[in-house]
Amino acid sequence: METIDIARLKSGEVNLGTSIMAVQFKDGVVVGADSRTTTGSYIANRVTDKLTHVHERIYCCRSGSAADTQAIADIVHYYLQLHTQMSGSPPPVHTAATMFQKLCYENKDALSAGIIVAGWDKEAGPSVYNIPLGGGLFKQPWAIGGSGSTYVYGYCDATYQEGWDRDQTVEFVKNTLALAMSRDGSSGGVIRMCVITEDKVERLFVPGDQLPKFWQGKEVLGSEVPRSAELAGAVAMAVDA
Amino acid sequence: MATASVYSGPGFDFTNEVRNNFLTERGIPLPKATSTGTTIVGCLFKDGVILGADTRATEGPIVADKNCEKIHYITDNIRCCGAGTAADTEFTTALISSNMELHSLSTGRKPRVVTAMTMLKQMLFRYQGQIGAALVLGGVDVTGPQLFTIHPHGSTDKLPYVTMGSGSLAAMAVFEAQWKPNMERAEALDLVCAAVSAGIFNDLGSGSNVDACVITASHTETLRNFVKPNERVQKERSYTFRRGTTEWKKEEIRALVVEEDITHITGGRGAEEAMDTS
Repeated sequence: METIDIARLKSGEVNLGTSIMAVQFKDGVVVGADSRTTTGSYIANRVTDKLTHVHERIYCCRSGSAADTQAIADIVHYYLQLHTQMSGSPPPVHTAATMFQKLCYENKDALSAGIIVAGWDKEAGPSVYNIPLGGGLFKQPWAIGGSGSTYVYGYCDATYQEGWDRDQTVEFVKNTLALAMSRDGSSGGVIRMCVITEDKVERLFVPGDQLPKFWQGKEVLGSEVPRSAELAGAVAMAVDA
Repeated sequence: MATASVYSGPGFDFTNEVRNNFLTERGIPLPKATSTGTTIVGCLFKDGVILGADTRATEGPIVADKNCEKIHYITDNIRCCGAGTAADTEFTTALISSNMELHSLSTGRKPRVVTAMTMLKQMLFRYQGQIGAALVLGGVDVTGPQLFTIHPHGSTDKLPYVTMGSGSLAAMAVFEAQWKPNMERAEALDLVCAAVSAGIFNDLGSGSNVDACVITASHTETLRNFVKPNERVQKERSYTFRRGTTEWKKEEIRALVVEEDITHITGGRGAEEAMDTS
């Protein structure tokens, strides 16, 4: 019997074809993301901020549908404000992650959202939680997500080590995202990062023409990097609003 | 047995959603709604924000309105350009405009652009893309000039220059080539006009005139039909014919009004009562 697929993909939806990442280190966490938002083949926003503030020391990285993830983040942001008022202290990262997980799991049929929650709290210190498409909740020392993540699992497994300091962790996130963005057509633009520690949240920004470079094909194409390849790498930057 | 209620509540009715999708799949498409195949743009400048729009409304391949208004009023200091389904943009902006007025009355504060943005995105998200409104929202509030785009599914972006609608690619090309931060009013207005004009001339869904709206902290200026690059000119030849060009050969006059004979009856009650009124 022929069936009608009503739960098919919503046409014309804005997607965060994405590379996102979060890594914990001794004093905090580093979250990072590319900046590309697409509608089909058109880049709707090339300087998107996918690192969304949900509380003072808790951020989430959003991937999947832009509308769905923004709506979820707005709801969790509201719940965490309520929670803080009622309990009188900042919420643990685990609480925020559970709120995300509840929304993602209970509405899994209607949502396409892959979220990484990361932050710092008094009880557990730094922590990273991954909430993939089905609405599971996994605590990990590092997490990657979005369409670009599939290209860099091997790199992360081979590179990550425990006991890194802040700068080493930032470098790891930056390199991983640059590799993912260079292989995934749905990711690109600039790298945005946040270093969340007990004292502060520090925002870092890598322009599109200053991304880390890796193998450029010199062995095959000669030592001179072709001018066209250099131009292609230099994505013009917009001034942040 | 109780009779079935014939009352139908206000708002959207999704009863035939599944049936219509099924019929569309089988090759029986739904009737088309008037869609504003559109170029709408917004741009920040030194003292505020400028919104721009073309004025063509289409129904498939037909131009339904050659000079429609796509810049909608939200509050005195906030305006919203609409692309997508014309009826949806019209009614969502009208509803949010009304709610913003009530909101500022109840809070006693000047309305903010983020408030309108949040109301719009929450409404559009609730309808899961069924309301086909793609919006450019701009205004100046206590936090300064603000500019947003809102997609039909409820996602929002905050950028210094934005375009939407079918002509958005042509318009964005102009912005990407020429936009710079902290422009003067005249320069920014020229850029907005150039962006909308790119949509008018290069996109089939957009056309006719350029509407613009300049919002600053102190004043909102609506520039309806700011540029009219497609005005109809005087016809080179006249096609009105001299009177009597067509010869007539026969004349026949018929009385179409039926004539009735009315007999007035004198005396009796009717006559007496009629007399009283004089």
